[in-house]
Amino acid sequence: MMLNGVDDEEKWLAEGVAGIQHNAFYLHRALDSNNLREALKFAAQLLSELRTSKLSPHKYYELYMRAFDELRRLEMFFKEEDRHGCSVVDLYELVQHAGNILPRLEGDTVMDAVEFVLQNFVEMNKLWVRMQHQGPLREKEKLEKERNELRDLVGKNLHVLSQIEGVDLEIYRDSVLPRVLEQVVNCKDELAQYYLMDCIIQVFPDEYHLQTLETLLGACSQLQPVVDIKTVLSQLMDRLSTYAASSPEILPEFLQVEAFSKLSNAIGKVIEAQTDMPIVGAISLYVSLLTFTLRVHPDRLDYVDQVLGACVKKLSGKPKLEDSKATKQVVMLLSAPLDKYNDTVTALTLSNYPHVMDHLDTGTNKVMAMVIIRSIMKNKTSVSNSDKVEVLFELIKGLIKDLDGMPTDELDEEDFNEEQNSVAGLMHVLYNDDSEEMLKIIYTVWKYISGGGPKRLPFTIPPLVFSALKLVRRLHGQDGDVAGEEVPATPKKIFQLLHQVIEALSVVPSPELALRLCLQCAEAANDCDLEPVAYEFFTQAFVLYEEEIADSKAQFTAIHLIIGTLQRMNIFGVENRDTMTHKATGYSAKLLKKPDQCRAVYACSHLFWVDDQDGIKDGERVLLCLKRSLRIANAAQQMANVTRGSSGPVTLFVEILNKYLYFFEKGNPHITGDLIQSLVELIKTELQSDSTNPNQASDNFFTSTLRYIQFQKQKGGAMGDKYSPITS
Amino acid sequence: MVLVLALGDLHIPHRALDLPAKFKSMLVPGKIQHIICTGNLCSKEVHDYLKTVCPDLHVTRGEYDEEPRYPENKTLTIGQFKLGVCHGHQVIPWGDLDSLAMLQRQLDVDILVTGHTHQFTAYKHEAGVVINPGSATGAFSSITYDVNPSFVLMDIDGLRVVVYVYELIDGEVKVDKIDFKKTAA
Repeated sequence: MMLNGVDDEEKWLAEGVAGIQHNAFYLHRALDSNNLREALKFAAQLLSELRTSKLSPHKYYELYMRAFDELRRLEMFFKEEDRHGCSVVDLYELVQHAGNILPRLEGDTVMDAVEFVLQNFVEMNKLWVRMQHQGPLREKEKLEKERNELRDLVGKNLHVLSQIEGVDLEIYRDSVLPRVLEQVVNCKDELAQYYLMDCIIQVFPDEYHLQTLETLLGACSQLQPVVDIKTVLSQLMDRLSTYAASSPEILPEFLQVEAFSKLSNAIGKVIEAQTDMPIVGAISLYVSLLTFTLRVHPDRLDYVDQVLGACVKKLSGKPKLEDSKATKQVVMLLSAPLDKYNDTVTALTLSNYPHVMDHLDTGTNKVMAMVIIRSIMKNKTSVSNSDKVEVLFELIKGLIKDLDGMPTDELDEEDFNEEQNSVAGLMHVLYNDDSEEMLKIIYTVWKYISGGGPKRLPFTIPPLVFSALKLVRRLHGQDGDVAGEEVPATPKKIFQLLHQVIEALSVVPSPELALRLCLQCAEAANDCDLEPVAYEFFTQAFVLYEEEIADSKAQFTAIHLIIGTLQRMNIFGVENRDTMTHKATGYSAKLLKKPDQCRAVYACSHLFWVDDQDGIKDGERVLLCLKRSLRIANAAQQMANVTRGSSGPVTLFVEILNKYLYFFEKGNPHITGDLIQSLVELIKTELQSDSTNPNQASDNFFTSTLRYIQFQKQKGGAMGDKYSPITS
Repeated sequence: MVLVLALGDLHIPHRALDLPAKFKSMLVPGKIQHIICTGNLCSKEVHDYLKTVCPDLHVTRGEYDEEPRYPENKTLTIGQFKLGVCHGHQVIPWGDLDSLAMLQRQLDVDILVTGHTHQFTAYKHEAGVVINPGSATGAFSSITYDVNPSFVLMDIDGLRVVVYVYELIDGEVKVDKIDFKKTAA
């Protein structure tokens, strides 16, 4: 029966071949006489011989190769005549799609089917590769199209292989993959190799890839040196990581086959083998491997670090990257762990991370530093010890000091400000509940930012100062330090550092900011009962005022801040306090503009009257201040008369009147109803004399002040009684 | 009905990283007609952010603001109310109501909004209201310990203003309300 079958097959094959030869004869004749229509007719009949379901795959292949050979004449005809028409690919397609082929494969054994398709694949691939190297240049476009079509058919063979039922892992591993790879490697054609590797990865199941990883990767390093292997490997890793994520049961398989180390080794080998591979290619391979690692083994920081380490090795000994594509890849490489771990600090523990950053040019280094900061902000990561702070600041050092002597002036000011504000914002995520560790953090930050230069310090110092002041407050809130015991973190120590920090700011010079921070520190020292410290900060503030602040508007604001702070200080002994208030009133009276002088002097009145239980209440000196401010207001009025021929605004007098009312209400015995009454009269006269040049604002101010007096009178009670003698 | 947001003393990035996320999610563009900011924004980014919440932004200068265009004080009229804004470091003693009342008379306003102390307060005073919206970021202050982030929304409707204060306490936003009616002039 079997024998019979074989005999029959031989007979059918012979019949088929005869039919093909018969038609080929007439086809050739038609071609010789240039009769295309006839030629096509016989070609079609020739092809119809392939419409048989009687032959085994093997015999069928023989028949089909015969038909193919005969049709080559037709192909030559088309090529020589340079006419348009049916291309060889179309014919091939015809053969390929001629019905009855695939369905009948199912009837035979799996191995036969596999064998048939494999042979088909090998032959077709050979043809394809051959076609790449022939054909005249002028037909380039047309040939290209044909090649592409043929390429798809080659790929289709692989697809068919993957579809054949019964091709299990074993058959794939032992028969299919080695044969396919053998053809891939041996064809030595870069385009074919790239395409086929890509096909293999796309069409076969991920599970097979995982189990044959070594074989598959082994082929990679044997490919032509110019093959775009990085894309192929990225595809593979991408698929594998998606596969790993599909079910938790799959992960152990990855560990079992040591997928990471195999991939890592393969990539190393590929990079080594492809000596001409541009650096961007190598780095993008590492990016893919890192992406794979982060997806499949997020808990294995050692793997992540290993990938970075391999990249450092590749970059080492080379000058800083200048290729923008390569730097982009490095930025991707460094950003991937930040995106993966919600806790940015995790990335900080990767020992190779800073080494990779070192290979970036100054500009990109800063970009990367900003990426790190933004990631920290986004994740609200708290950086909780000085070692981590050190690592972090090492990473962002491109932002906190000039690198490579690159001058900051060349930067866009807005960009620079944004960068520095980001660094400043970072201070708020550096935190530890333990005071000692917190102080260490502060020292560490200062170590890094102190070298930032005059443009950066005004940005970076304030947050450091306030962070330190918060710590001072926290320490003060705790139980006082035990006598004789060595306490590592004390307010005193912090104030010492703050002194140094603010000193650096006055050198910038940024005296206005330095003065403000001095006053903040003075008040904090006041709260800690540290009189000498508070006194020192205040003295520093006065020195700054005296020597560094020249602008009259800046002086006016500064003196108000000094008075405002001093008014709140309760720690100074009589002598120190006198020194301070004396200086403050002295500077107030020396301001450039009379109205400024007047306002600063009446503000000083509050230095002698603090409205709380233990506050100083020196009514006489309050009155002295107010009288002095009144004299200055008069002088201002006269000056205005001289220079402008009209009196100045009466508003200063109304302001002073309001101050009188304030202390009158507070019970200062030196501020009497009579004094107030005469001031009211004075203002009325001034307003009348100024009727030619009315000032609406002063008028309104005075009117509302009188209304207030009226309001207080009508209140009744003690306050009403107090106000009753004043008529308005 | 007009909604006016009043806030100040953000001190970003000197003393705080950003506004609380819960506040940010409340301050959606298109709801608020005017913003009054007492000052101490401390960076251009904050100014730009406030502009996105409402383009009609009125800022006065805090002692840490570098922007020279911010005035020391400012008055504006919204509906039937005259409002005055000032940071407040110029008014000594700081945060003192009687001294602020003098500024209110000087600016001749119904509602005075000041900052500097980082402590939310709202007083009816004589014929007007004196409001301090506190620090919108809960920034450190020498004057106030344990600052909670806060801001104020004023709903101005005819002669009536309802002052809502939003305070973030232990991660929860607490709202309080103060009613004020102006006597017709």
